[in-house]
Amino acid sequence: MTALARALAGVALAFAAGSAPAAAKDTAPRGDAKAGEAVYARCLACHALAYDRTGPRHCGLFGRRAGSVKGFHYSNAMRHSNIVWSRKTLDRFLANPMKAVPGTAMGYAGVTDPKERADLIVYLEQANASPECRKTP
Amino acid sequence: MSFLILGNAPDALAARRSFLGKSGLLLSGAAVALLARQEALAKGGKSGASDVRILNTALGAELEAIAAYQLGAESGLLQKPVLDLALTFQGHHKQHAEILSQTIAKLGGKPVAAKDKYNFPTDTLKTQADVLRFAATLEKGAVSAYLGAVPVFHNSDLAKAAASILGDEAMHWAILRNALGEVPVPSAFMA
Repeated sequence: MTALARALAGVALAFAAGSAPAAAKDTAPRGDAKAGEAVYARCLACHALAYDRTGPRHCGLFGRRAGSVKGFHYSNAMRHSNIVWSRKTLDRFLANPMKAVPGTAMGYAGVTDPKERADLIVYLEQANASPECRKTP
Repeated sequence: MSFLILGNAPDALAARRSFLGKSGLLLSGAAVALLARQEALAKGGKSGASDVRILNTALGAELEAIAAYQLGAESGLLQKPVLDLALTFQGHHKQHAEILSQTIAKLGGKPVAAKDKYNFPTDTLKTQADVLRFAATLEKGAVSAYLGAVPVFHNSDLAKAAASILGDEAMHWAILRNALGEVPVPSAFMA
Protein backbone atom coordinates (compact mmCIF):
# COMPACT_ATOMS: atom_id res chain seq x y z
CA MET A 1 0.00 0.00 0.00
CA THR A 2 1.43 3.38 -0.94
CA ALA A 3 1.87 6.11 1.65
CA LEU A 4 -0.88 8.13 0.02
CA ALA A 5 -3.26 5.17 0.08
CA ARG A 6 -2.38 4.55 3.75
CA ALA A 7 -2.98 8.22 4.50
CA LEU A 8 -6.33 8.19 2.73
CA ALA A 9 -7.28 4.99 4.54
CA GLY A 10 -6.30 6.64 7.83
CA VAL A 11 -8.49 9.64 7.06
CA ALA A 12 -11.40 7.34 6.20
CA LEU A 13 -10.98 5.46 9.47
CA ALA A 14 -10.76 8.71 11.39
CA PHE A 15 -13.99 9.92 9.86
CA ALA A 16 -15.63 6.60 10.67
CA ALA A 17 -14.49 6.88 14.28
CA GLY A 18 -15.37 10.57 14.49
CA SER A 19 -11.87 11.56 15.55
CA ALA A 20 -8.58 12.79 14.11
CA PRO A 21 -5.84 10.25 13.36
CA ALA A 22 -4.08 9.52 16.63
CA ALA A 23 -0.36 9.27 17.18
CA ALA A 24 0.88 5.71 17.46
CA LYS A 25 1.04 4.31 20.98
CA ASP A 26 2.36 0.93 22.09
CA THR A 27 1.40 -0.64 18.78
CA ALA A 28 3.68 1.67 16.80
CA PRO A 29 4.90 0.03 13.60
CA ARG A 30 8.56 -0.87 13.21
CA GLY A 31 10.46 1.72 11.27
CA ASP A 32 12.73 1.27 8.28
CA ALA A 33 15.64 3.70 8.02
CA LYS A 34 15.86 3.59 4.21
CA ALA A 35 12.18 4.43 3.86
CA GLY A 36 12.67 7.06 6.54
CA GLU A 37 15.39 8.74 4.52
CA ALA A 38 12.85 9.24 1.72
CA VAL A 39 10.39 10.72 4.21
CA TYR A 40 13.15 13.01 5.50
CA ALA A 41 13.39 14.56 2.01
CA ARG A 42 10.18 16.39 2.92
CA CYS A 43 11.95 18.05 5.82
CA LEU A 44 14.77 19.38 3.65
CA ALA A 45 13.02 22.63 2.79
CA CYS A 46 13.76 23.80 6.32
CA HIS A 47 16.04 21.33 8.11
CA ALA A 48 19.45 19.72 7.77
CA LEU A 49 21.15 17.16 9.93
CA ALA A 50 24.32 19.04 10.80
CA TYR A 51 23.45 22.72 10.64
CA ASP A 52 20.62 25.13 11.40
CA ARG A 53 18.45 26.45 8.60
CA THR A 54 14.87 27.77 8.77
CA GLY A 55 14.50 24.95 11.29
CA PRO A 56 17.10 23.69 13.76
CA ARG A 57 19.61 20.92 13.08
CA HIS A 58 18.66 17.31 13.75
CA CYS A 59 22.02 16.01 14.87
CA GLY A 60 21.90 15.60 18.65
CA LEU A 61 18.12 15.48 18.59
CA PHE A 62 17.50 12.50 20.87
CA GLY A 63 17.61 13.51 24.50
CA ARG A 64 17.75 17.19 23.63
CA ARG A 65 15.31 19.61 25.23
CA ALA A 66 13.08 21.24 22.61
CA GLY A 67 14.06 24.82 21.87
CA SER A 68 17.59 24.45 23.17
CA VAL A 69 19.95 24.55 20.18
CA LYS A 70 22.29 27.43 20.92
CA GLY A 71 21.96 30.36 18.56
CA PHE A 72 18.75 29.13 16.92
CA HIS A 73 15.75 31.45 17.17
CA TYR A 74 12.78 29.34 18.32
CA SER A 75 9.16 30.28 18.84
CA ASN A 76 8.20 30.98 22.44
CA ALA A 77 5.86 28.00 22.19
CA MET A 78 8.70 25.61 21.40
CA ARG A 79 11.04 27.09 23.99
CA HIS A 80 8.42 26.59 26.69
CA SER A 81 7.10 23.25 25.49
CA ASN A 82 9.02 21.21 28.10
CA ILE A 83 9.53 18.51 25.52
CA VAL A 84 12.60 16.29 25.56
CA TRP A 85 12.95 14.62 22.18
CA SER A 86 12.57 10.87 22.17
CA ARG A 87 10.88 8.33 19.92
CA LYS A 88 7.65 8.89 21.79
CA THR A 89 7.67 12.70 21.85
CA LEU A 90 8.80 12.88 18.23
CA ASP A 91 6.00 10.55 17.19
CA ARG A 92 3.44 12.73 18.94
CA PHE A 93 4.88 15.97 17.56
CA LEU A 94 5.33 14.78 13.99
CA ALA A 95 1.75 13.48 13.85
CA ASN A 96 0.47 17.03 14.18
CA PRO A 97 3.08 19.66 15.10
CA MET A 98 0.65 22.55 15.43
CA LYS A 99 -1.60 20.57 17.77
CA ALA A 100 1.30 19.17 19.82
CA VAL A 101 2.92 22.59 20.27
CA PRO A 102 0.37 25.33 19.54
CA GLY A 103 2.25 28.38 18.37
CA THR A 104 5.15 26.45 16.86
CA ALA A 105 6.78 28.06 13.85
CA MET A 106 6.57 24.71 12.09
CA GLY A 107 3.43 25.40 10.11
CA TYR A 108 3.07 21.91 8.76
CA ALA A 109 0.19 19.46 8.75
CA GLY A 110 2.42 16.65 9.96
CA VAL A 111 3.32 13.13 8.95
CA THR A 112 -0.04 11.52 9.53
CA ASP A 113 0.91 7.97 8.52
CA PRO A 114 2.20 6.08 11.62
CA LYS A 115 4.43 3.86 9.48
CA GLU A 116 6.04 6.88 7.82
CA ARG A 117 6.63 8.46 11.23
CA ALA A 118 8.22 5.26 12.48
CA ASP A 119 10.44 5.14 9.40
CA LEU A 120 11.43 8.78 9.83
CA ILE A 121 12.25 8.37 13.52
CA VAL A 122 14.40 5.29 12.87
CA TYR A 123 16.20 7.19 10.12
CA LEU A 124 16.84 10.11 12.47
CA GLU A 125 18.17 7.72 15.12
CA GLN A 126 20.51 6.14 12.58
CA ALA A 127 21.59 9.53 11.23
CA ASN A 128 22.32 10.72 14.77
CA ALA A 129 24.81 7.87 15.11
CA SER A 130 26.52 8.74 11.79
CA PRO A 131 29.99 10.32 11.55
CA GLU A 132 28.36 13.50 10.20
CA CYS A 133 26.37 13.90 13.42
CA ARG A 134 29.12 12.71 15.75
CA LYS A 135 31.34 15.60 14.66
CA THR A 136 28.48 18.14 14.97
CA PRO A 137 28.45 20.13 18.21
CA MET B 1 22.28 16.40 -20.16
CA SER B 2 18.96 16.29 -21.89
CA PHE B 3 18.07 19.78 -20.74
CA LEU B 4 21.09 21.31 -22.42
CA ILE B 5 20.15 19.76 -25.73
CA LEU B 6 16.58 20.95 -25.43
CA GLY B 7 17.67 24.33 -24.15
CA ASN B 8 19.56 25.20 -27.35
CA ALA B 9 16.59 24.64 -29.63
CA PRO B 10 14.91 27.91 -30.73
CA ASP B 11 11.44 26.43 -30.20
CA ALA B 12 12.38 25.41 -26.69
CA LEU B 13 13.70 28.89 -25.91
CA ALA B 14 10.51 30.49 -27.21
CA ALA B 15 8.44 28.02 -25.24
CA ARG B 16 10.44 28.75 -22.11
CA ARG B 17 9.94 32.51 -22.54
CA SER B 18 6.23 31.92 -23.01
CA PHE B 19 6.16 29.65 -19.94
CA LEU B 20 7.99 32.20 -17.83
CA GLY B 21 5.59 34.93 -18.92
CA LYS B 22 2.59 32.81 -18.03
CA SER B 23 4.00 31.74 -14.67
CA GLY B 24 4.59 35.40 -13.88
CA LEU B 25 0.95 36.07 -14.62
CA LEU B 26 -0.11 33.24 -12.32
CA LEU B 27 2.00 34.56 -9.48
CA SER B 28 0.58 38.02 -10.04
CA GLY B 29 -2.86 36.50 -9.67
CA ALA B 30 -1.90 34.96 -6.35
CA ALA B 31 -0.37 38.23 -5.26
CA VAL B 32 -3.54 40.10 -6.05
CA ALA B 33 -5.57 37.52 -4.14
CA LEU B 34 -3.33 37.93 -1.12
CA LEU B 35 -3.41 41.68 -1.06
CA ALA B 36 -7.05 42.11 -2.03
CA ARG B 37 -8.28 40.14 0.96
CA GLN B 38 -6.22 41.89 3.58
CA GLU B 39 -9.18 43.36 5.49
CA ALA B 40 -10.77 39.96 5.89
CA LEU B 41 -7.44 38.44 6.87
CA ALA B 42 -6.77 41.10 9.48
CA LYS B 43 -9.83 39.98 11.42
CA GLY B 44 -8.34 36.55 11.96
CA GLY B 45 -7.32 36.87 15.65
CA LYS B 46 -5.59 33.67 16.82
CA SER B 47 -6.18 32.11 13.43
CA GLY B 48 -4.58 35.11 11.79
CA ALA B 49 -1.56 34.86 14.07
CA SER B 50 -1.17 31.21 13.16
CA ASP B 51 -1.35 32.04 9.46
CA VAL B 52 1.28 34.75 9.93
CA ARG B 53 3.62 32.22 11.59
CA ILE B 54 3.19 29.84 8.66
CA LEU B 55 3.83 32.64 6.17
CA ASN B 56 6.93 33.73 8.07
CA THR B 57 8.36 30.21 8.05
CA ALA B 58 7.71 30.05 4.31
CA LEU B 59 9.39 33.45 3.91
CA GLY B 60 12.46 32.23 5.79
CA ALA B 61 12.75 29.26 3.44
CA GLU B 62 12.26 31.46 0.36
CA LEU B 63 15.01 33.82 1.51
CA GLU B 64 17.32 30.86 1.96
CA ALA B 65 16.45 29.60 -1.53
CA ILE B 66 17.36 33.01 -2.98
CA ALA B 67 20.73 32.80 -1.23
CA ALA B 68 21.24 29.22 -2.43
CA TYR B 69 20.66 30.17 -6.08
CA GLN B 70 23.00 33.13 -5.60
CA LEU B 71 25.64 30.74 -4.35
CA GLY B 72 25.08 28.54 -7.39
CA ALA B 73 25.19 31.50 -9.78
CA GLU B 74 28.45 32.78 -8.29
CA SER B 75 30.06 29.35 -8.05
CA GLY B 76 31.34 29.43 -11.62
CA LEU B 77 30.04 25.89 -12.01
CA LEU B 78 26.85 26.69 -13.93
CA GLN B 79 27.06 27.02 -17.69
CA LYS B 80 24.53 28.75 -19.89
CA PRO B 81 21.65 28.05 -20.35
CA VAL B 82 21.54 26.38 -16.92
CA LEU B 83 22.84 29.57 -15.33
CA ASP B 84 19.98 31.57 -16.89
CA LEU B 85 17.53 29.01 -15.64
CA ALA B 86 18.92 29.20 -12.11
CA LEU B 87 18.62 32.98 -12.16
CA THR B 88 15.06 32.72 -13.44
CA PHE B 89 14.16 30.37 -10.61
CA GLN B 90 15.87 32.70 -8.14
CA GLY B 91 13.70 35.48 -9.55
CA HIS B 92 10.60 33.42 -8.79
CA HIS B 93 11.76 32.94 -5.20
CA LYS B 94 12.34 36.67 -4.94
CA GLN B 95 8.76 37.25 -6.06
CA HIS B 96 7.49 34.68 -3.56
CA ALA B 97 9.48 36.33 -0.77
CA GLU B 98 8.28 39.80 -1.71
CA ILE B 99 4.61 38.90 -1.67
CA LEU B 100 4.94 36.82 1.50
CA SER B 101 6.71 39.71 3.22
CA GLN B 102 4.08 42.22 2.12
CA THR B 103 1.26 39.98 3.24
CA ILE B 104 2.82 39.31 6.65
CA ALA B 105 3.23 43.05 7.18
CA LYS B 106 -0.33 43.78 6.11
CA LEU B 107 -1.56 41.16 8.58
CA GLY B 108 0.27 42.96 11.37
CA GLY B 109 3.20 40.56 11.55
CA LYS B 110 6.90 41.26 11.31
CA PRO B 111 8.45 39.61 8.26
CA VAL B 112 11.65 37.73 8.99
CA ALA B 113 14.73 39.23 7.36
CA ALA B 114 17.32 37.39 5.32
CA LYS B 115 20.17 36.04 7.43
CA ASP B 116 23.59 37.60 7.16
CA LYS B 117 24.99 34.16 6.47
CA TYR B 118 23.49 30.83 5.43
CA ASN B 119 24.96 27.39 5.90
CA PHE B 120 25.27 25.52 2.63
CA PRO B 121 27.15 22.29 1.92
CA THR B 122 29.69 24.10 -0.24
CA ASP B 123 32.32 21.38 0.19
CA THR B 124 30.06 18.97 -1.73
CA LEU B 125 29.40 21.32 -4.66
CA LYS B 126 32.14 20.56 -7.18
CA THR B 127 30.28 20.32 -10.48
CA GLN B 128 27.23 21.74 -12.24
CA ALA B 129 25.39 18.51 -11.50
CA ASP B 130 26.17 18.88 -7.78
CA VAL B 131 24.65 22.37 -7.78
CA LEU B 132 21.59 21.21 -9.70
CA ARG B 133 21.13 18.25 -7.35
CA PHE B 134 21.40 20.53 -4.34
CA ALA B 135 18.86 22.94 -5.83
CA ALA B 136 16.55 20.04 -6.68
CA THR B 137 16.72 18.83 -3.07
CA LEU B 138 15.70 22.26 -1.81
CA GLU B 139 12.91 22.59 -4.36
CA LYS B 140 11.50 19.15 -3.55
CA GLY B 141 11.60 20.02 0.14
CA ALA B 142 9.81 23.27 -0.64
CA VAL B 143 7.04 21.42 -2.45
CA SER B 144 6.56 19.18 0.59
CA ALA B 145 6.66 22.15 2.95
CA TYR B 146 3.98 24.04 1.03
CA LEU B 147 1.98 20.84 0.71
CA GLY B 148 2.11 20.54 4.49
CA ALA B 149 1.18 24.19 4.93
CA VAL B 150 -1.78 24.42 2.56
CA PRO B 151 -4.21 22.47 4.78
CA VAL B 152 -3.29 24.29 7.99
CA PHE B 153 -4.01 27.84 6.84
CA HIS B 154 -7.16 29.17 8.44
CA ASN B 155 -7.75 31.47 5.49
CA SER B 156 -8.52 29.70 2.24
CA ASP B 157 -7.15 32.57 0.14
CA LEU B 158 -3.77 32.10 1.77
CA ALA B 159 -4.01 28.35 1.18
CA LYS B 160 -4.75 29.03 -2.49
CA ALA B 161 -1.81 31.41 -2.78
CA ALA B 162 0.49 28.87 -1.09
CA ALA B 163 -0.73 26.23 -3.53
CA SER B 164 0.14 28.59 -6.38
CA ILE B 165 3.70 28.86 -5.05
CA LEU B 166 3.78 25.09 -4.56
CA GLY B 167 3.01 24.62 -8.25
CA ASP B 168 5.90 26.88 -9.19
CA GLU B 169 8.34 25.02 -6.91
CA ALA B 170 7.18 21.70 -8.36
CA MET B 171 7.97 22.95 -11.86
CA HIS B 172 11.43 24.01 -10.69
CA TRP B 173 12.01 20.56 -9.20
CA ALA B 174 10.87 18.75 -12.36
CA ILE B 175 13.04 20.90 -14.64
CA LEU B 176 16.09 20.48 -12.40
CA ARG B 177 15.57 16.71 -12.43
CA ASN B 178 15.30 16.82 -16.21
CA ALA B 179 18.52 18.80 -16.40
CA LEU B 180 20.17 16.08 -14.34
CA GLY B 181 18.96 13.44 -16.80
CA GLU B 182 16.49 12.05 -14.26
CA VAL B 183 12.83 11.31 -14.82
CA PRO B 184 11.33 14.80 -14.40
CA VAL B 185 8.14 13.67 -12.69
CA PRO B 186 8.92 10.46 -10.81
CA SER B 187 5.48 9.79 -9.36
CA ALA B 188 1.83 10.71 -9.67
CA PHE B 189 1.63 12.11 -6.15
CA MET B 190 3.79 14.27 -3.90
CA ALA B 191 4.10 13.95 -0.15
